[in-house]
Amino acid sequence: MRPFAYARPGSLAEAFDLLEDAEPGDVRMIVGGTDLIVGLQSGKIAPRLVVDLKHLADLPAGIAEIDGAISIAAPTSLTDIIADERVRASFPALVDAASTVGSVQIRNRASLTGNICNASPAFDTATALLIHDAVVVLTSRAGNRRVPVADFVLGPRSTDLRHGEIATAVELPLPTAPMGTKFARLTRRRGVDLATLSLCCAVGAGRARFAFGAVAPRPFVVTDESGVLADPEAGAHDRDRALLELTAQARPISDLRAGRDYRQAMLLVLSRRAHEAALASFHDGALNATPLNGG
Amino acid sequence: MSDTSPVQVTVNGAARSLDVSTTETLLDALRWDLDLTGSKECCAEGECGACTVLVGDRAVNACLVLAVEADGLDITTIEGLGAGGDLSPLQDAFLQTGAIQCGFCIPGMVMAAQALLNENPSPTPADVREGLAGNLCRCAGYQRIVDAVLLAAEGPAA
Repeated sequence: MRPFAYARPGSLAEAFDLLEDAEPGDVRMIVGGTDLIVGLQSGKIAPRLVVDLKHLADLPAGIAEIDGAISIAAPTSLTDIIADERVRASFPALVDAASTVGSVQIRNRASLTGNICNASPAFDTATALLIHDAVVVLTSRAGNRRVPVADFVLGPRSTDLRHGEIATAVELPLPTAPMGTKFARLTRRRGVDLATLSLCCAVGAGRARFAFGAVAPRPFVVTDESGVLADPEAGAHDRDRALLELTAQARPISDLRAGRDYRQAMLLVLSRRAHEAALASFHDGALNATPLNGG
Repeated sequence: MSDTSPVQVTVNGAARSLDVSTTETLLDALRWDLDLTGSKECCAEGECGACTVLVGDRAVNACLVLAVEADGLDITTIEGLGAGGDLSPLQDAFLQTGAIQCGFCIPGMVMAAQALLNENPSPTPADVREGLAGNLCRCAGYQRIVDAVLLAAEGPAA
């Protein structure tokens, strides 16, 4: 590790002072540190200052319901998010996605905002966040800026976080209409592996959407405009044609986890499975929290 | 800013004061500053779990915590599990089932298992496998390790 200074501000105001005094490229913020410290160890990340956000009196860990949304404060661990009854009731796909991150040890430290700000093309919570129109709250001295996660992640390791801003929370609007969702993920092994691909399917009245992860430079959402995928009476052939149109929008690459063609083929397979589960869940009227592991 | 920072931690029930560099991990501090070498360094990137310790009741990878971040934390290492030189019931169960082969992963396995049992005193085999998913055993002795955790869960003191 290249030497760096460590600061533990006690308030947001102190944190802003530290950020403003630093050069933009020289400062990194730490919550769980499960990605940052790996980067520090390898030398891929070499800040001069690391600012710890776990001890801000005005930004405690916690989950609250505010104005029709669930707000998850930045220092909240994935373990606490997974255990939260409101999150489990309204966002089972996010619970499934967060439960696949790393291992128990990783989830006990890692945060949702950290997972987003790290901006891996394969980050596990991405597709569930996108399907629920999650918003990142970016706080600076000037106030709050709210950016959809879909827009906040610009590309691999790149976000819309501006100098002087802190990602203080993630907000998930509570669904206002019945919706069936399903998260699916393909990995080489169950524990501590990056996703070969991940996706989340949501089926509501007259509409089906998918979010795809690890098959393009950043996670993205596609919508079935035909309505076929929201129709429980639709035949398998029509459904597959609609699914093919959606999955064709992916631009997977070949890397050490899988080849491009395999990713493209498996995206269809997992989309089919997730869609069946989401559709069934929607028509059962109950949100389905059973994990679906494609690996 | 100085090269080292003072850190106060509680390790295995005892208050300890350390001067640590920002580039040190909690694992470095435990092993080199406190001479608690039970926690192992292997991958040093959160993949293998050999460095697992408890922070409060929860398992974490000590290689993924900066020593300076640990200020104020209550940490339990493998050295803190037994009392008065005796093995804990969980450690004893690892011996009884023959779960220990080369032994390198075992401190991390035991700490991850202890965290699981703290939260869920009666885990299913699937719960144990999920609880230990972050711990690799190079000897591939997983079945006996799972057996050990299930045995300890059934024991009176688990």
